[in-house]
Amino acid sequence: MLRSRPLLLLLILLALLLAALAASLSLGAVNVPLAESLGVIVRHLAGAPAEPSTADLVIWQIRLPRVLLSVLVGAALAVSGALVQGLFRNPLADPSLIGVSGGAAVGAAIAIVLGGAMGLGNAQWLLPVLAFAGGGAVTALVYRLGVSPLGTSVATMLLAGVAINAMTGACISYLSTVAEDARLRNLVFWLMGSFNAASWPKVLWVAPFTLLILVMIPFVWRGLNALLLGESEARHLGFSVEQLRWRVILVTALAVGAAVAAVGVIGFVGLVVPHIVRLLLGPDHRWLLPCCAVLGAALLCAADLAARMLVQPQELAIGVLTAFLGAPFFLFLIVQRRRGQIHGA
Amino acid sequence: MALDVRNLQFHIGKHSLLKALDLQVKAGECVAVVGPNGAGKTTLFRLLAGEVEPSAGTIQFNGRDLTRWPVAQLARMRAVLPQSSTLQFSFTVREVVAMGRMPHATGRKIDDDIVHEVMQVCDVRKLAERAYTALSGGERQRVQLARVLAQVWQPVADGERLLLLDEPTSALDIAHQIELMQVVRQVCAADIAVLVILHDLNLAARFANRILMLHEGSLIAAGTPEQVLQPDLIECVFNVKTQVIRHPLYGCPLVVS
Repeated sequence: MLRSRPLLLLLILLALLLAALAASLSLGAVNVPLAESLGVIVRHLAGAPAEPSTADLVIWQIRLPRVLLSVLVGAALAVSGALVQGLFRNPLADPSLIGVSGGAAVGAAIAIVLGGAMGLGNAQWLLPVLAFAGGGAVTALVYRLGVSPLGTSVATMLLAGVAINAMTGACISYLSTVAEDARLRNLVFWLMGSFNAASWPKVLWVAPFTLLILVMIPFVWRGLNALLLGESEARHLGFSVEQLRWRVILVTALAVGAAVAAVGVIGFVGLVVPHIVRLLLGPDHRWLLPCCAVLGAALLCAADLAARMLVQPQELAIGVLTAFLGAPFFLFLIVQRRRGQIHGA
Repeated sequence: MALDVRNLQFHIGKHSLLKALDLQVKAGECVAVVGPNGAGKTTLFRLLAGEVEPSAGTIQFNGRDLTRWPVAQLARMRAVLPQSSTLQFSFTVREVVAMGRMPHATGRKIDDDIVHEVMQVCDVRKLAERAYTALSGGERQRVQLARVLAQVWQPVADGERLLLLDEPTSALDIAHQIELMQVVRQVCAADIAVLVILHDLNLAARFANRILMLHEGSLIAAGTPEQVLQPDLIECVFNVKTQVIRHPLYGCPLVVS
């Protein structure tokens, strides 16, 4: 029913996102009524001086950056997932499964653990740059291995992901044995993924990359649709496949790298969200990509709220939560696929 | 001349897969390429589609070297139907066919009309809202044909149109094989050049204006069906004894084995 009304779905998802935003802002260790939260935000945006109230502190300094960061990261990861799946012509690809997040995490881990030793101190740019480089290198490698002129091999791609994840895991384990205590704690927190350390500076440097991936959508959706037919088919339909491929790899590596650099490894968002949207809407990237952005944002925002609320006064790592929910979903997809193949044969 | 190929050669290492081949296809003409497995049909097809570069020789399309056409412009004049397709996403049949209009900027209204028309022609109208992934092999083949037809359905200012088809009948039942070849003839009549690889000599005999017969990478015979389909030639190339009689209904040669 929604398939013929993509705009309606987008509006429904936007409403969901607003609801998640509102709930996330006002609920938490300290509950702040929504009206009051909005009041704080409006006051700050209007440039009025900060009020010395708890609500002001909680909302403006802690909760708003955290909520915005979850929205930015959720949108970036979900769209990256959809882009990678389109590029690989395979609905089971996900940045965390095929090792892109792992590659970014190794880059980040090197920056955290060895940044000092490299004489770069705690240079702010080092971590994101290495995270991008790691993510980009792995995407290019898996693409080389998994995509041949005969099509994409899911098996090769996922096995390559297993190997790469083992490799990145080993690198990170090694780094954690040589890390100093303070740096080790930093590292561990990173690998589980968390919005706990959200701050305005992080919001400001993730934002451009999320924006970049969103701005890309109008330029790549047609090419990605054609690419689903096959690489040579896309070429015969007049698309420059190489250019499209490198654009997508670059932008996803940047977006995943930025997300990993800001909040650590959060898996399965890029797998689950595009799947849900495809079920509702079909595979047309024109609407798939924007809907993924909105649903990804809403889902991660809600998941972060759950992570904060479930085990109060403690907090679940968001990466742990998404893996708990996402891994069974992935298994379910594999079973579905197998059934489909048996019936289809 | 839509397609003009001179001295085309393709080697891998010392192995020669195609030896000095010449061929021309005019607008409004249907040329069938036949030959046994391993004769070089697929190699020829991939060269003409621009998927591999020739080792020597030239492929001219509308008077210009094939590689010198920008991909977007080429896509408005030439459509290519590969043997099989690997689409794993559940686009509807209508969406797949509409992709054939991607190279053109003719607007929604005209595109919808063309999509409707080609679906009718390829007998896939009933499947329009079905998921491509749920179709049988033969249905998929007809949908893909509809897609490439949509791509070259209208004359364009850029040049003459060309349709390259690689064994379009391989997954079809006999009724749909004939129907498809009739569609191909209809396409030719609209002044489109068609080059089609066929396995079935009798389909080629009935529907092609000219037949090119490949044997071990060489063009061993070229001409009208009557000229090419000779029992001794068929025996030499396909290693099978046949008789060629006149088709009782259509008057074309009929190969009986």
